[in-house]
Amino acid sequence: MDEKLSRKLRILADAAKYDASCSSSGAGGRKADIDGLGSTTASGICHAYTPDGRCVSLLKILLTNYCLFDCAYCVNRRTSNVKRAKFSVDEVVTLTIEFYKRNYIEGLFLSSGIIRSPDYTMEQMLLVAKKLRREHGFRGYIHLKTIPEASPWLIEEAGLWADRLSINLELPTEQSLERLAPEKDGASIEGAMAQMFERIEEAREERRHFSPAGQTTQMIVGADDTTDADVLRTSAKLYGHYAMKRVYYSAFSPIPDSSAILPLKSPPLMRESRLYQADWLLRYYGFQVEEIAESAEKGMLDLDVDPKLAWALKNRHLFPVDVNQAEREMLLRVPGLGARAVDKIVMARRHTTLRLEDVARLTSGLKRAKPFLIAADYHPNKKLDRQDLRERLIEKPQQLSLFA
Amino acid sequence: MSLHLITLKNGADLDGFRRAVRWLMAEELAPQHILWSLDEAPGLFGDDDLHDAPPVTLPKSVARLIEMCVCHSDPERYALLYQLVWRVLNGERDLLEIASDPLVHRIDMMARAVRRDLHKMYAFVRFRRMRTEHLERFAAWFEPDHFILEAAAPFFIDRFRSLDWTILTPIGSMRWDRRDLTFGPPARREDAPDEDSFEEGWRGYYESVFNPARVNPTAMRAEMPKKYWRNLPETAAIPGLIQTASQRVDSMMEQEATMPSKRTPERALEAMWDQEPKTLEELNAIIAKAGPLVPGATQAVFGEGPKRAEIVFVGEQPGDQEDLQGRPFVGPAGKLLTKAMAEVGIDRSKAYLTNAVKHFKFDQRGHRRIHAKPTTGEVKHYRPWLMKELELVRPRLVVALGATALLALTGKSTPISRSRGIAQFGPYRGYITVHPSYLLRLPDEATKREAYEAFLNDLRRIHDLAEADLDTGELPLAAE
Repeated sequence: MDEKLSRKLRILADAAKYDASCSSSGAGGRKADIDGLGSTTASGICHAYTPDGRCVSLLKILLTNYCLFDCAYCVNRRTSNVKRAKFSVDEVVTLTIEFYKRNYIEGLFLSSGIIRSPDYTMEQMLLVAKKLRREHGFRGYIHLKTIPEASPWLIEEAGLWADRLSINLELPTEQSLERLAPEKDGASIEGAMAQMFERIEEAREERRHFSPAGQTTQMIVGADDTTDADVLRTSAKLYGHYAMKRVYYSAFSPIPDSSAILPLKSPPLMRESRLYQADWLLRYYGFQVEEIAESAEKGMLDLDVDPKLAWALKNRHLFPVDVNQAEREMLLRVPGLGARAVDKIVMARRHTTLRLEDVARLTSGLKRAKPFLIAADYHPNKKLDRQDLRERLIEKPQQLSLFA
Repeated sequence: MSLHLITLKNGADLDGFRRAVRWLMAEELAPQHILWSLDEAPGLFGDDDLHDAPPVTLPKSVARLIEMCVCHSDPERYALLYQLVWRVLNGERDLLEIASDPLVHRIDMMARAVRRDLHKMYAFVRFRRMRTEHLERFAAWFEPDHFILEAAAPFFIDRFRSLDWTILTPIGSMRWDRRDLTFGPPARREDAPDEDSFEEGWRGYYESVFNPARVNPTAMRAEMPKKYWRNLPETAAIPGLIQTASQRVDSMMEQEATMPSKRTPERALEAMWDQEPKTLEELNAIIAKAGPLVPGATQAVFGEGPKRAEIVFVGEQPGDQEDLQGRPFVGPAGKLLTKAMAEVGIDRSKAYLTNAVKHFKFDQRGHRRIHAKPTTGEVKHYRPWLMKELELVRPRLVVALGATALLALTGKSTPISRSRGIAQFGPYRGYITVHPSYLLRLPDEATKREAYEAFLNDLRRIHDLAEADLDTGELPLAAE
């Protein structure tokens, strides 16, 4: 690989890394044609992990980090003095194909700074995707960042070539957007999300290819003073209105040559991790966003205990729950029991009565679950009423990785 | 009762295990009477009659679990699996549903370990290009924990079907030559190429995506255990990345915000927002460049007519003739429309004719290209272009010919029969009627004539509407 290309790759990978998403899931099972290259699997594959614990699944790069926008939180804003580079369409195609052949990656995640115009930039990105699909028979994963300021017909095209589309909201409120991202506009972002949502749904019904892995978005956490409750309300809205596959949360992290209007401190990683857990509760555990908001203090999630435990501690009157009797919905609310453990419990108890040691085989979170559940040979008695229950259940500080 | 010794092949001996299970079940031998052992080339059970035992039918989920678990390296695997089979066939058919059962739990854990090993193999195999002269050939060295070589093969074939590749492991090797898969003997690391020209670029990529402000080696090791590192070219960068992380973060935080070195690019910013096509030619160039958004079509068929036409007629999509000639409404339906327009005094050359979908979607049947109706989603793919087109023509009246045009103009599916007549399409005064191809499809002459008359009536009203003084909003139409 020639040195100039290597240098560009370093710059344009570095510039893309603040996007948390690297997932290659959701495209279903697809196989290479006789002359083609590439396949997709239902849940995607992580080909490497960097020392920040994050997964490397896709070749995640910018087409260019030159940008006319001036978003304060962004390392690539036009007023930053970082090194700049631009790939040609063919360079991105070559890198993707050659990396893919060596089994380094699942495919490409292409984003870009805005150069010349949003339309021009988006057209260049589309060219990459089209070339990969048409000229190389590439059937691996392609995630394209959509530029909401680009003309609507470009979105119509993008979904035909991509497996996933995304637009990063970045800031959870309109005010923050106005203050920190002057060229962006909440209405056009939501307009583009709505357009993608409609096309994705129609194509699914019509069994056509249009961004089969749906759309995702990202919010930065800690660049403004939005509370967790408000972040989650925005997420709930995005899941509800646009059927987002994922909302990613990205702890605002110091960047080289950062803007003077933003706080320079360590990224709030634990906060980010709690937001992911709360997000899971919204999507897989039947929680309403206001239930989570109510169990938070002044809108902020408890950093010491996970949000399900925080909710349970504030709703002790609903516990203990009998693993052999309770409805699935209620079992999902028991701290320490994951959705998969609950499914196994519900299936197993059709044939047998579960004792505590049986439950222990189904979950790794028994310690957290014990005060909240009843088994055939076990009752928590007064454990639930203990004043120091929260303190006793606090996890040892550890950084969680949720980028599986 | 004495113990029966059953010897299976080393590795994942699914066939041997199947044969053993058939025989053992036929003989009704309980698990506690069997001793399982492994050998390089076993004489099976010592008695050839055993082959003929009748097949045993197991629930699919059990069969799948067995396939997975025979790959496990635990020497106890066959004993455990036979216990499972025994219990399932002796009254506990739904045993697998009891995940809390100690045996089921243990076997589940084994299956999980095998699945994880497979997944890690899919993830961590690193192909290197072999130094072959003409053909592009790749090879990789990998060390799995379990006997998963055969089980992993389909993944690599599906993914790298057009490549010639070899995967070498201590438990065997396999080669795909773009047509056939062959298994070979165990290999050594030295048998694989020791470098690849893209590895340095890949390592550079790996280093660059790491964010030093989030350093968390524990999380990394949980997913990428150290035992894999020696075969992953990128991991050479890890110690350095961890070591310098805190220093890099400190220097980012200490650094004062710098002044932008370039002037604010006002002109570039202004130009950035000026991206909209200003003329139909510009718009058409964009459509042509995009290519079809539906299957089929040789070329885009654009709208046709004066730039400031008073009436825009919107049809469904170009047909066979239109696709070949590159002009709208030149096929049979177009000819009928032209004739009808002439009859009511609308000059076709003064109207603007276009289609909701700009490409001919068809199914190939032998030599014939059969019109295929565009789906709702496909019509909507073309909608932004149609909206722009109308914006550029700025007509007094927009006519929807048929349901597809109506869908394109309103964004909603509505039957023509219910909405035929005057309409409003966003900022445009509109009129809804049938597509002329509908008239061609009617079976008998009488209905055809009747429908044609109704169509002419619509065109007359359209003609009048377009002539009407829009400032006063008065319509020169007789009330119905």
